[in-house]
Amino acid sequence: MIYIKYLNMHIKSLSQYRASLWMMIAGQFFISFFAFAGIYLLFERFGSIDGWTFGEVALCFAVVQTAFAITECFARGFDMFQRMIINGDFDRVLLRPRSTLSQVLGSDFELSRVGRLAQSIFTLWLAASWLETSWSVAKIITLIFMIFSGIFIFTGIFILGATVCFFTVQGLEIINIFTYGGREIAAYPLTIYSKWIMRFFTFIIPFACFNYMPLMFLVGKAGGNDALYMLTPLLGMLFILPCIFVWRFGVRRYLSTGN
Amino acid sequence: MKPYIALFRMRMIAGMQYRAAAWAGAATQFFWGLIFIMIYSAFYRSSAVEPPMRWNQLATYIWLQQMFLFIVMIWAQDNELLRHVTDGNVAYELCRPYDLFKIWCARLLAFRLSSSFLRFLPILIIAFLLPAQYKMSPPVSLGAAGLFLISLSLGLLIVTAVSMFIYILTIITLSPVGSRLIISVAADFLMGAVIPIPLMPASLQRVLDWFPFRYISDLPFRIYSGSIAGGDALFQMGVQVAWIIGLFMLGRLSFNKVMRRVVIQGG
Repeated sequence: MIYIKYLNMHIKSLSQYRASLWMMIAGQFFISFFAFAGIYLLFERFGSIDGWTFGEVALCFAVVQTAFAITECFARGFDMFQRMIINGDFDRVLLRPRSTLSQVLGSDFELSRVGRLAQSIFTLWLAASWLETSWSVAKIITLIFMIFSGIFIFTGIFILGATVCFFTVQGLEIINIFTYGGREIAAYPLTIYSKWIMRFFTFIIPFACFNYMPLMFLVGKAGGNDALYMLTPLLGMLFILPCIFVWRFGVRRYLSTGN
Repeated sequence: MKPYIALFRMRMIAGMQYRAAAWAGAATQFFWGLIFIMIYSAFYRSSAVEPPMRWNQLATYIWLQQMFLFIVMIWAQDNELLRHVTDGNVAYELCRPYDLFKIWCARLLAFRLSSSFLRFLPILIIAFLLPAQYKMSPPVSLGAAGLFLISLSLGLLIVTAVSMFIYILTIITLSPVGSRLIISVAADFLMGAVIPIPLMPASLQRVLDWFPFRYISDLPFRIYSGSIAGGDALFQMGVQVAWIIGLFMLGRLSFNKVMRRVVIQGG
């Protein structure tokens, strides 16, 4: 598959700058590590947040961090898409007989995020052992669904952000609110926020699907609706479909900036 | 001194040109502040014990952090300057009959000030107009406001001195990404940008007192809200001055050392 070839190329080129790469991986590890330390210290001080315990929030945090780290690794090309439009490189993409999505996806790859990923998976493991709930196969599957749901939703947002570049040439900083801001928001169960934030991130951008809804099932707060809450992550994945649709529309409307 | 002041003014004017970017930045930072406030407000709602910061002090701390983000954050760096090192343009700078260390200081100061000038006012106005739950409070007294401004300026000098080390490291490693990331990640936590320092356990706070980072933002913000005042505030501002002198001297020494061995590759 063409994407694997792209990936191989990127890893080879990155490993040419080894010292810098290791520093970046370490740096990414510590960003996530300190963010988690911050949450730990806050629970040390306050005990709980709106009825959620530290273990539950830690799980929430770990899921969103894992999903975001993986998304950033692979969907970096969409994040950096404005460069492609400004340089006129997208014209070349259009000339090739492959889908635009997979080419842009393959245009960049951020290996340094494995540092963050390592920390997230470690936290995930810690949080899973802290939770006072018995782990069953259904719960483990739900957890995996949650991570994939997160990856799909964040990739969808990155695609939307890139699509904006077709019309504005420059990327809009506002999209960061939904990517990096989204990662920050979804680190806590959405129920702690104001109603309008919770509604927005349930019905417009479905963060709730990998956040508090399946979490309620995992910690046994679902109150009989187990199957429903278990399946919410799958619903969340559908978010990527309209994003791809909008991207196709954007490609059709694209006018080159020339070069 | 004259050429450096002229350069500073030039970079200030240049930095103030990016108004649209500044508006977008202010909007993003405002949103960011709002999210933090909601998280802390949920923590305060569920707290069994009295937190060490009053709610309005905490809200003010967060808004000040967002308002002066470009003054206090280590990760905010002049990318053009970092590129000068990697693409070799630093060679031209070295040919000029000026002191490169001072040139960089002037540019860094101008970058931080001009970026903040454009952003802080909209956030300030909106933060004061918010409903009581999210609102920012005025400084406790006129004296506190004065001390806050002095101490924030001293903090700006500390951040500039620390930034010089990122540039010096970039000259050695030739890639700005790694050194910048490591220094700013550590600094973020140590200066109270991840969670406000007064909310940390007392033992950790005592450790942070020994690092320069707390004196960049935590001190001025707490002087503003009155949790550090009087003789204590003056003493800690003395510590700020000591750090500025120490860091700039150390920066100068390492800069001279690195510059003696600098190799320009190709052209």
